[in-house]
Amino acid sequence: MDKKIRILIGKPGLDGHDRGVKVVAAALRDSGIEVIYTGLHQTCESIVEAAIQEDVDIIGLSILSGAHMTIFPKIINLLKQREAEDIIVIGGGIIPEEDIKKLNEMGVKKLFTPGTSTKEIIKYVKSIVQKT
Amino acid sequence: MNKEVWKEKQKTCKERDFRFTTVSDLPVKPLYLPDDIRDFDYDKKLSYPGEFPFTRGVYTNMYRGRLWTMRQFSGFGTAKDTNERYKYLLKYGQTGLSVAFDFPTLYGRDSDDPFSQGEVGKCGVAIDTLRDMEILFDGIPLDKISTSMTINPPAAILLAMYIVVGEKQGVPAEVLTGTIQNDMLKEYQAQKTWIYPPEPSLRIITDILEYCSEHVPKWNTISISGYHIREAGSTALQELAFTLANGLTYVEYGIKAGLSVDKFAPRLSFFFNSHLDFFEEIAKYRAARRIWAKVMHDKYRSQNPRSYLMRFHTQTAGCTLTAQQPENNIIRTAFQALAAVLGGTQSLHTNSMDETYALPTERAVKIALRTQQLIAHETGAANTIDPLGGSYYVEALTDELEKRTYEYFDKIDTLGGVVPAIEKGFFQREISRSAYEYQRALEHKEKYHVGINIFEEEEGADIEILKIPEEIEKNQIEELKEVKKQRNSAKVKRALKQLHDAARNGNNLMPRILDCVREYATLGEMCSTLKEEFGIYHEPIIF
Repeated sequence: MDKKIRILIGKPGLDGHDRGVKVVAAALRDSGIEVIYTGLHQTCESIVEAAIQEDVDIIGLSILSGAHMTIFPKIINLLKQREAEDIIVIGGGIIPEEDIKKLNEMGVKKLFTPGTSTKEIIKYVKSIVQKT
Repeated sequence: MNKEVWKEKQKTCKERDFRFTTVSDLPVKPLYLPDDIRDFDYDKKLSYPGEFPFTRGVYTNMYRGRLWTMRQFSGFGTAKDTNERYKYLLKYGQTGLSVAFDFPTLYGRDSDDPFSQGEVGKCGVAIDTLRDMEILFDGIPLDKISTSMTINPPAAILLAMYIVVGEKQGVPAEVLTGTIQNDMLKEYQAQKTWIYPPEPSLRIITDILEYCSEHVPKWNTISISGYHIREAGSTALQELAFTLANGLTYVEYGIKAGLSVDKFAPRLSFFFNSHLDFFEEIAKYRAARRIWAKVMHDKYRSQNPRSYLMRFHTQTAGCTLTAQQPENNIIRTAFQALAAVLGGTQSLHTNSMDETYALPTERAVKIALRTQQLIAHETGAANTIDPLGGSYYVEALTDELEKRTYEYFDKIDTLGGVVPAIEKGFFQREISRSAYEYQRALEHKEKYHVGINIFEEEEGADIEILKIPEEIEKNQIEELKEVKKQRNSAKVKRALKQLHDAARNGNNLMPRILDCVREYATLGEMCSTLKEEFGIYHEPIIF
């Protein structure tokens, strides 16, 4: 009950579009969630490492570069290898419907598209962590 | 009726429950009157198109002489895929090219670099060596068309590749026309595509200014860009003030490098966003022209009238597009494009309706291009110059933006200038704060965005999406291997060594880069060589 939700917000790969990720990170922080923001240009390995080190409940990735079909599966696999599948993976960005479905099947819990309100994201994050 | 009586009467009228401000939060009055532009000196504030301070336009006859260049930013997959898209756009009446590179290219990395995995050809075209550029412009005569390239840290290399493609087509560098973005300051502030730290980046930029003023005289050497500052969340005012401050910083670095201001300043160009607020955007373009001309004249004592001209490209605002009800994006883009035209842009890109999902399909990009053609040929907007000049509202807004821009200049000066302000995180914080404020305003319905917080619909969009095949990455890497096999590796090594020497001893890098390009050295090889000397940049994390 006292334990705050901890989320690692990451920008994997070369994508420099960080407007959305910063707005989301600040909104999550202001809602009382513990936010660790990695900054830009992270490798999948460094994100998974940081998530384990920081003992987070969730990893949230922002990808607007079109590399989502490479990066999300890689993160999921790395979490499996490290036996850290309990960390929930969510994300947001420029991602077509068809790919969202495929990524959900691979284990990405939720993907948000442009136009989503921060309230909706906060509500979602709080709901999934309580359930677990 | 007396003005005061009318004002009293208006106050008693029912008003919508809405905070009347521009999208950037400048207050908006119910009515603008002659006394809102008191002390208005026509000759000083506006003068005539093509005359100082150029508020009404940079050319005497503006669109009556020649329409703006219709230039759609475009690139995806391999050079061959993009070459086909260019030919398609040219066939449907586009008048200039604009190259979008993929992320690895933007960061100076080859397609086989581990960091490039998953990114090759995704949000732009993949370029590794001169071979890719030869394919990209195959069948496109470089003496007949101008090309803009959105490229920053490796701008010198892509320009060198373009020059060599020209040589191979028999087109000398002196006649090439086009633009490289080459604006590193806004990268640290907003767009976040960097390799080296600010000082060496500025040295590369001044090398380009120097080289081009001698050898590629018609080339626009920097496109000083507010677009990305705005997309990152700034207000119109911040876009205007930061872009101009950046432009003036390049002027100072050029002068410091020993160049004569009137030799390089005429080749500086600008790039602005066109966002939702119609009149605010028009006022922004008009204020930008006036401030640039005044500062170049008063502060930098420029004698060449061409140094006063703020020529600019405009792109409609990608950040205003919605995934919800995507067809609405066509209409949004049309209003934004009209604002750019009424603001006197020299070239224009109109976004496509499907860009919140992926890069645009042929159909979507054709509608976007047609939007410009409708404005040009149907609306009458291009028939007279600066048709909103003299509007009490537009003139008052233009004055207001100008005044507040000078206030930002003073603030930046007190921080020690643009580069120290970047190092202190000033711009980054200002932009993040505005982005957060805007999102908050949307969620509190202080501002509206159709489909997002008003007139929402439940069902999802059903539109066609462009797919970039995953095999592209593998094929591109194969091609790169093939090029490496065919080239003379001893010559490549020697050229890279000479590039390294030039980086160290301060000689102009351009001739050495051209040598490397001619030997088919890769983009990644050249950038790695420069990294050894210049180091890499690390951003302070601010959110």
